[in-house]
Amino acid sequence: MGSESRQRFDVLVIGGGPAGLAAAARAAECAVRVAIVDDNFSLGGQIWRRATEGPSPQAVRWTERLRAAGTTELCGLRVFDQPQPGVLLAEGADDIHELRYQKLIVATGARERFLPFPGWALPNVMGAGGLQAMVKSGLPIDRKRVVVAGTGPLLLAVAAYLREHGAEVLMICEQASRSSLARFGVALLRQPSKMVQGLRLRKALAGVPFATNSWPVNAQGGQVLESVTISREGKSETIACDYLACGFHLVPNTELASLLGCRIESGCVRVDDFQRTTLPEVFCAGEPTGIGGMELALVEGQIAGLAAAERAAEAGALFGERKKLRAFAQALDRAFRLRAELRQLASAATIVCRCEDVPYSRLSQYASWRAAKLQTRCGMGPCQGRICGPATQFLFEWNPDSVRPPIFPVRVESLAVTAGAAEPVHQEVTGGQG
Amino acid sequence: MSDSAYDVAIVGAGIVGAACADELARRGLRVAVVDRDTVGSGATAAGMGHIVVMDDSEAQFALTRYSQHLWQQLRSELPDDVEYEQCGTIWVATDEEEMAEVRRKREYYRERGVATEALDAATLRNLEPNLRPGMAGGLLVPEDGVLYPPCAARFLLERAQQHGAQVRLGCSVAHLRQGRIALNDAPEIRAEFIVNAAGAGSPDLTAGLEIKKRKGHLVITDRYPGFLRHQLVELGYLKSAHSVSSDSVAFNVQPRRTGQVLIGSSRQYGAEHKEVDHAMLAWMLQRAQEYMPGLAGLSTVRSWTGFRAATPDKLPLIGPWSADKSLLLATGHEGLGITTSLGTARILADQITGAKPEIPVEPYLPSRMAREHVHV
Amino acid sequence: MSSLLTVSVNGIAVEVASGATVAVAAVLAGQACRTSVSGQPRGPVCGMGICFECRVTIDGKPHCRSCQILCQPGMEVRTDG
Repeated sequence: MGSESRQRFDVLVIGGGPAGLAAAARAAECAVRVAIVDDNFSLGGQIWRRATEGPSPQAVRWTERLRAAGTTELCGLRVFDQPQPGVLLAEGADDIHELRYQKLIVATGARERFLPFPGWALPNVMGAGGLQAMVKSGLPIDRKRVVVAGTGPLLLAVAAYLREHGAEVLMICEQASRSSLARFGVALLRQPSKMVQGLRLRKALAGVPFATNSWPVNAQGGQVLESVTISREGKSETIACDYLACGFHLVPNTELASLLGCRIESGCVRVDDFQRTTLPEVFCAGEPTGIGGMELALVEGQIAGLAAAERAAEAGALFGERKKLRAFAQALDRAFRLRAELRQLASAATIVCRCEDVPYSRLSQYASWRAAKLQTRCGMGPCQGRICGPATQFLFEWNPDSVRPPIFPVRVESLAVTAGAAEPVHQEVTGGQG
Repeated sequence: MSDSAYDVAIVGAGIVGAACADELARRGLRVAVVDRDTVGSGATAAGMGHIVVMDDSEAQFALTRYSQHLWQQLRSELPDDVEYEQCGTIWVATDEEEMAEVRRKREYYRERGVATEALDAATLRNLEPNLRPGMAGGLLVPEDGVLYPPCAARFLLERAQQHGAQVRLGCSVAHLRQGRIALNDAPEIRAEFIVNAAGAGSPDLTAGLEIKKRKGHLVITDRYPGFLRHQLVELGYLKSAHSVSSDSVAFNVQPRRTGQVLIGSSRQYGAEHKEVDHAMLAWMLQRAQEYMPGLAGLSTVRSWTGFRAATPDKLPLIGPWSADKSLLLATGHEGLGITTSLGTARILADQITGAKPEIPVEPYLPSRMAREHVHV
Repeated sequence: MSSLLTVSVNGIAVEVASGATVAVAAVLAGQACRTSVSGQPRGPVCGMGICFECRVTIDGKPHCRSCQILCQPGMEVRTDG
């Protein structure tokens, strides 16, 4: 049985992506005792996966600030329950951590939305961010043929990244219409940094066919993906490829906020100007408050960190920046709205719930998520509805269930821990530099 | 669906309501079923789905045994997703005192024709290697089984519909009156007999019902085929189920056909909210790990709660409610709803149609509550 | 310049760069990470530990999310459980 440890912090940040790093750094610089928790083995979240040691200067800067200010880093830990207010339980590879806090900052980021279509469950069909994460985790992509599909600016970033690492990106299939994108492009003009990003991406992707009004219709292969048929301006085209990187934008990871009792509206955590949720001691920053990208996450993270450290004036100084970036986030939302045709991609036999292999035909008859779940087991698997939930919400307009512990599958022994019973093994936290 | 009169209208599309609808429709009666949510959405969805004989009392034994036979007769017709498995139960004894209980139970069941096998420590270990060493032995009841209740309830309801029963889901009841069910957002349903099969919600519809909610927690793991072969229950389970007023946990695990392990059990009085209580969950899992240390490393996928409908004497209420002969009850099944649903349906239908019940019904008649207050 | 190490996937020796995850090793070995409940081959999808399609047995321990576990020299990975 693993060991248990109990630690106490003034500000506890859950999530080591841009929002979490910024929040933790700012709070720690205010001389409060801060810890940052992430389930990956190093900080950075998704967008800065393995980037905090080099590849991204911004990631490096924030990580350095966080460290210089004396933040406790708790990587490889998965938060799964709140046994009582002010306490979180997190599971590590072979131990359990009881984390006590005065203030909590939820920076749990987002995940990709996957929509089912025939063949989507074949090996080597991955998310767009998913394939990028795999490459960052050591998957060789040199000279591999990749089709990138779905929706959202992530597709371009992923395509550019893959190309940089030697992949042959055969096509980018964006489901949004040309006019939606044009309007989005105009919104970009108002954000100089985004413009620069945009131009850089254009250069990186020169020569890669980019199709709008385009989506995957069928992925083919025996044991692995061999080709994908895409629809492009109403016509079908089959492309032989090694990987299909396919994701339909992002959905906020609101499970922890939900478990704590924070109000969630339209799938986003409701926050006030200081990034405070409906629970006074819980803040939320970044994608869970609304998908808005990295820069917005950095600003929201800083506001949350400063607010948690009770530096209202300093937090307030960032409101203007946040407002600008939020406008971009709204433009994002509008431009990449999912079109109705995507509801028709799945055939009767297409698996919708991958954990329990529940096909579309078994689900379409149910009026609610709960009814479908009870009868078919859809959503009862280990993904806890994280994959099939957003898909069925889009396909059938079902609303998800309430969240119960554990919010990630954990070992029985972890769920069996009684808060306060752990041997108090304190890890002394070095104070901030002030 | 018109509001013309039915012979019987049943409130509750859980396992008990569904079984009653099935039985009555197959006997040719015009049946309506109404539920405020979906099929089996109450305790039916939350429970362990076991089919067990219990020897807490003669009446409990009679009903569970009768009902178990009915399930066995039905099994060949059950669709795959009902996942009926006759995995058997092993009552686990940790010491000599509990082994004495094993011998008592064995004798009790032998006298009543229930096949059992007393297991010594070595045999128990062979059958269930993941139990911790040092168990004294156990009692194997091979005819016990498990199934997946929401699909079983759906199957029974569909069979009722094939015989003409009409089902209205997502329809909440405002109140019950003689011969009528007033619905909140739909025209009333009129029937000669009304059956309150609303489980933990039944006192809300029928004033004066002495039914209390008994909250339970469960946890299910990921797939570990072969980890567990039989349903395992600690003999202390009886102490837990016996307790009338305090919180308790008892070791009770079940193999699902999927290979997932279902871990229970817990009982609480007075807990009205459905949120998972972390302390109860932890307590229950600690107890489970005491019996099966190997559970410690298994991945838990979900936890949930449910409310059993508990009566003061631990027997269900099946029959006319004294105040109003046209209102019948089929509720109060506590932790034996799945097991006794089919038997309940039979003896309820017998009382409506005037057929001779196959087991004595007196112990389950609601009128017993008026006559005397049974103390345990 | 990262070093190389060897793990085995279903008995197949796979050489990966240190810092690579077990999911990468499975893909390189051409082995589906798992077989779904209805018998379909499955591989990693989300790359971030939430889809559970990358589950494998590592050194006898089942249901390990391979996209979140670093390869260690000599690891025995099985996907055929």
